[in-house]
Amino acid sequence: MKDKLFDYIEKDNFVFNLSGMTKLLCFLILTFTVMFSYDARVIAGVLIFSFWVLHVSEIRFSQIRVMLYYVLVFLAINFVLTFVFSPQYGVEIYGTKHELFTISGRYVMTREQLLYQGTKVLKYLSVIPLGMLFLLTTNPSEFAASLSSIGVSYKASFAVALTLRYFPDMIRDYNDIALSQQARGLDLSKKERLGTRLKNVMNIFVPLIFSSLDRVETVSNAMDLRSFGKHKKRTWYAFKPLKKADGAAFAVSIVIALISLGMTFFVNHGRFWNPFIS
Amino acid sequence: MESKKPIISFKNFSFQYFTQKEPTLYDIDLDIYPGEKVLIVGPSGCGKSTLAHCINGLIPYAYRGTISGTLLVDGKSPGESSLFERSKKIGTVLQDSDGQFVGLTVGEDIAFSLENDLVPQSEMKETVKRVADMVNMGGQLRSSPFELSGGQKQRTALAGVMVDDVEVLLFDEPLANLDPLTGKTAIDMIDRIYRQYHKTVIIIEHRMEDVLYRHVDRVLVLSEGRIVSDCPPDELVCSDLLRELGIREPLYVTALKYAGVTLTPDLHPGYLDTLDIGRVREALLHWQAEQPPHVEKEPGDVLLSVRDLSFQYTPRRKNLEDISFDVHRGEMVSIVGANGAGKSTLAKVICGFCKEDAGDILFDGQSIRDWTIKERSFKIGYVMQNPNQMISKSMIFDEVALGLRIRRLPEEEIRERVWNALKICGLYPMRNWPVAALSYGQKKRVTIASMLVMDPQILILDEPTAGQDYRHYTDIMEFLRSLNRRGITILMITHDMHLMLEYTPHAIVITDGKKIGDGGAVEILTDADMAERANLKLTSLYELATKARLPDPQGFVQQFIDHEEGSRNEG
Repeated sequence: MKDKLFDYIEKDNFVFNLSGMTKLLCFLILTFTVMFSYDARVIAGVLIFSFWVLHVSEIRFSQIRVMLYYVLVFLAINFVLTFVFSPQYGVEIYGTKHELFTISGRYVMTREQLLYQGTKVLKYLSVIPLGMLFLLTTNPSEFAASLSSIGVSYKASFAVALTLRYFPDMIRDYNDIALSQQARGLDLSKKERLGTRLKNVMNIFVPLIFSSLDRVETVSNAMDLRSFGKHKKRTWYAFKPLKKADGAAFAVSIVIALISLGMTFFVNHGRFWNPFIS
Repeated sequence: MESKKPIISFKNFSFQYFTQKEPTLYDIDLDIYPGEKVLIVGPSGCGKSTLAHCINGLIPYAYRGTISGTLLVDGKSPGESSLFERSKKIGTVLQDSDGQFVGLTVGEDIAFSLENDLVPQSEMKETVKRVADMVNMGGQLRSSPFELSGGQKQRTALAGVMVDDVEVLLFDEPLANLDPLTGKTAIDMIDRIYRQYHKTVIIIEHRMEDVLYRHVDRVLVLSEGRIVSDCPPDELVCSDLLRELGIREPLYVTALKYAGVTLTPDLHPGYLDTLDIGRVREALLHWQAEQPPHVEKEPGDVLLSVRDLSFQYTPRRKNLEDISFDVHRGEMVSIVGANGAGKSTLAKVICGFCKEDAGDILFDGQSIRDWTIKERSFKIGYVMQNPNQMISKSMIFDEVALGLRIRRLPEEEIRERVWNALKICGLYPMRNWPVAALSYGQKKRVTIASMLVMDPQILILDEPTAGQDYRHYTDIMEFLRSLNRRGITILMITHDMHLMLEYTPHAIVITDGKKIGDGGAVEILTDADMAERANLKLTSLYELATKARLPDPQGFVQQFIDHEEGSRNEG
């Protein structure tokens, strides 16, 4: 049974051993770099880098397969829609126009448009593996610890960990309740009309909410009885102190960001890289 | 001991929740001294949990109400200390071992209190390891709660309060979610911690016999908010107080009373181990000779036949393997086995929630392999353990009518069938009430009624009496027996051995997805090897009979059951 939202399977390698805070910061820096720049060369570099990190982290393909499919479908739709709604945006931002072929009316495909859309796809493809990496290689409690160490209130940070702790329980409750309702003839399959199906799902949520409220009382009692909220701060069992590797990872991210900025200001003299200027 | 200062001292103490009309606790006078081991028993609603909340400080810090009289913990009144200070003195292990597991791993959960106390990480890791070893969880610090059994979660919770080096350990219904053997282990563990680390231990539990497997200094009996008895077990079991209050006394004690033994404290009847067996043997022998022979009921035809059933959720592990058994029409059958043995999975496959990988299920001689969940639900009703997870309507009538309305029956027929089901379940006078006005046991009946309206021939119930005190347990079971007499075949998943002995002549034992036993409940609960493999315990009746060297100990157990049923029918 799928009891876990996304499997956090602990491994011993460079990526896993980084602190959650380092991973979050590197993720944010690289995302910024990729989002800021429209230089396909820089972005392709980040793309290769992020796939290399994915490889180093020993994450199995099966762990990210489903997410990957969603991303690809999203990218395909995004690609088509971008062209439908703004077929000349590439021309607009690059300031040149090299026509390739005409589909009809204003739908003229240009090299600039292809470059623009291709760059966008690259952007997503390079950032998304980094996001997945962060989620799959970070122990939620350790992440909560990191959040709180950069100044987020520990009650809010702990809520993150607590949600992950009880989410599978709620899924299990939901499944149990769904079964008992189905045993009374409630149809949740596609055979039933959508309206009825939605109503039937409501029949599951009512008991789910009540049983969850019971659970909340137990959890809050258990936490009160073990001094949660006693001090303004707390220490963390799962906290990973920063090591040399964290510094190295951070430095690499900064270097990539600087390269990108350097390209922007000194080579391209702007956010866009236009190879079509002759 | 009397010369010491009490660690917990109630004087003329009463408590009333703001949300209640009447006080929940009246005139409590109670001193608990350091190093004592105290058991608190009482029927549901007697105020046990409220008393526990007063001791651990949730009252008045989390639950508000009016207090009169005084309560001193370690010489301090609630006003003089905070909940946090209180929890450094008194560690509480809650009943719901899953809910109180707040960490993502065992290590984190044990460390929780230390984290909140700003203990540096290196020191914290040492303490966690040391305390985890005390409860044999040291090897599993990195395990997530999903990989742990109920017993292991409870031990984690125990470690989680012991990191604070508390003086008092308070256990709120520690046996509620454990199978009999795990429960026995838990009581052993509590006793070892009590002796080795000199803690004061307070156990709140209504399964008295199981707690008295190890020594306790005294038993407090609570009834309707008052302490009605406070004495050592040897004295308590001599009186009829427990029976009068609807609390189950140890089965062997009941047997001694049936045999006409006048119990006195000097027989040491509080524990089976200390009982002066020589002085009661004659009476038992005499009683056994007097009992009428056991009459086997003629079995009906086979109603449900499970043939070589196999099922697995994941390729790695078989959850059910080649299970075969027959259930006859009109039987009451219990399905027993350790947690995770595959009992619930079996029920799910029979109801069609899961599709078997191999084998077949015959209903009335006909294969139901291709029947949908909906089609099966007309023949087989499934009642979950927790009624709150089944009830989705706010009115009783609507809830019971749900299954029929889905089938779009005419409203008149629906009303007639719902009323009928409500009458059978004794809920007819409440037919227009909201569900929220009902007690737990009544809600249970609503869920059973909502199955009965579909007119099933078999009812499968998952743990029908879990968490119920003896009185409610008897209510539910007598009700099920009355349904059974109306011709409904009943299958129950349970680890309550009393239920199995008293109500289900036929028991099926499942361990690791395989059937290892199928026969009379009495035979299974008197078979040491079988009981151990299925995480059950031998019944204390059998132990009494062997201890007294009765000629036919197994027969003695059967005679006891027959006698109980006979006296209940007369009464």
